[in-house]
Amino acid sequence: MTEKYPITITINGTEYQREVEPRLLLSDFIRHEVGLTGTHVGCEHGVCGTCTILFDGEAVRSCIILAIQANGHELKTVEGLTPNPTLENLHPLQASFREAHGLQCGFCTSGFLMTLEPFLAENPNPTEMEIREILSGNICRCTGYQHIVEAVKLAAEKMR
Amino acid sequence: MIYLTKHLIFTYLLLKFLPNRDWRLEVVKRERTYLRGEKHTSQEISLQPPTANLQQNPMKPPPFKYHAPTTLDEALSYFAEYGDEAKPLAGGQSLIPAMNFRLAQPELLIDLNNIPALAYIRATDNGGLSIGAMTRQRQVERSDLVAKHAPLISSTMPYIAHIQIRNRGTFGGSLAHADPSSELPAVALVLDASFHVQSQRGRRTIPAKQFFTDLFETALAPDELLIDITIPAKPARTGYAFDEVARRHGDYALVGATAVVTLDQAGACQQAQLVFLSVGPRPVAITQATSMLHGQTITPNLIDTVAEAVNQELDPPGDIHASVDYRRHLAKVLARRVLTVAVNEARDYKR
Repeated sequence: MTEKYPITITINGTEYQREVEPRLLLSDFIRHEVGLTGTHVGCEHGVCGTCTILFDGEAVRSCIILAIQANGHELKTVEGLTPNPTLENLHPLQASFREAHGLQCGFCTSGFLMTLEPFLAENPNPTEMEIREILSGNICRCTGYQHIVEAVKLAAEKMR
Repeated sequence: MIYLTKHLIFTYLLLKFLPNRDWRLEVVKRERTYLRGEKHTSQEISLQPPTANLQQNPMKPPPFKYHAPTTLDEALSYFAEYGDEAKPLAGGQSLIPAMNFRLAQPELLIDLNNIPALAYIRATDNGGLSIGAMTRQRQVERSDLVAKHAPLISSTMPYIAHIQIRNRGTFGGSLAHADPSSELPAVALVLDASFHVQSQRGRRTIPAKQFFTDLFETALAPDELLIDITIPAKPARTGYAFDEVARRHGDYALVGATAVVTLDQAGACQQAQLVFLSVGPRPVAITQATSMLHGQTITPNLIDTVAEAVNQELDPPGDIHASVDYRRHLAKVLARRVLTVAVNEARDYKR
């Protein structure tokens, strides 16, 4: 057992203090230490995009960052999009994915949502090419992406 | 016997193409064990299902010691003390995946992310650009200063992986990692960038031509750290281009090329640089073929001739992603494209 270090990470506005080994991945910290299992882990080497979260407001892959590196930083996970979700108060991105059939099994969805939130905030009126480019870092094995593209267009419309 | 032959061929290929010295050493170690007829005893490979001890031990990378210095001096003192054992952690977008696979097993990680003095973008006194090694790739991509002083870097950034990676990956990290299929080493070479490196022994400057020494290897000594990359000022009447072919957007390039062309006042070619990536162990600068351009008025025919000739200077590898012939074909096509774009941009140059 290597030495453990105390860290404090703010996730979705709540502070979490834990003692961690330096080798603990941020994705595992979020899931196993904090219990926020909305962040999914797919490939664990930074290819699939499923574990995407916001790190100080920017989309990053949590499986290739160490938890200890997030000490003192602010994270947002899919649970932070809508604090107490009901069908009525879903975040426009979530509602659009639902309406446009942007998911089937749903495994990859949280990664897509967290990639898209800062993207639409920065680029509220994206072209289809821009949407496809931003989606290129996330893999979905069900939808063939067409419905996801439609969902993003719908969300952009709703958020304007 | 046939199995042994196959095994040896496989090992040979692994050794030839494994990008990292640590990985190659690991293969050699395992190979010796295999040839002695022993079974794998490496502790890092467990045949238990991954969920077996997940609750107690959900870790992926092997244990390591960790330091997160807040000043450059402190960081350099670790490298002076531990040398090869210490591995700098910049953005971690290549290192941590390799650690998750346990292909890289550093004893000690020196995390550079808490040294703010290493992240900056500045114009230099002589019109060039100076980029701190820990500047995030996404910051470089968004920077107006980079767009103005080094437009080739701005236009190349979107080819690097995906936004989620560029948000974390650093400019200097990608260069020091020296992956032969990554974009920034080729761009640094074509722009004739200077690499400022520092250790407790002092500071020195390494020209891009000498920085990339081999597959994933650079001229950095074990106690040295890449601090700053300086791009020379943009000459007049100069055009730039970068292009690559990859299976999917953001994938590693099968072949990539970048060109810088400077015209003289009469419109003839004064300087032409052409560099390829993903065609060998390090970025490859073309010298012979491009010399045909010097002093000439560049025509599409001349570009075709140069593009035909680049393959005499290339020895691309063949692998499951692309055969040697296909890489040669791509090199020719990309040479034509980047030279054409760069020449046209140089002709459109306005003060």
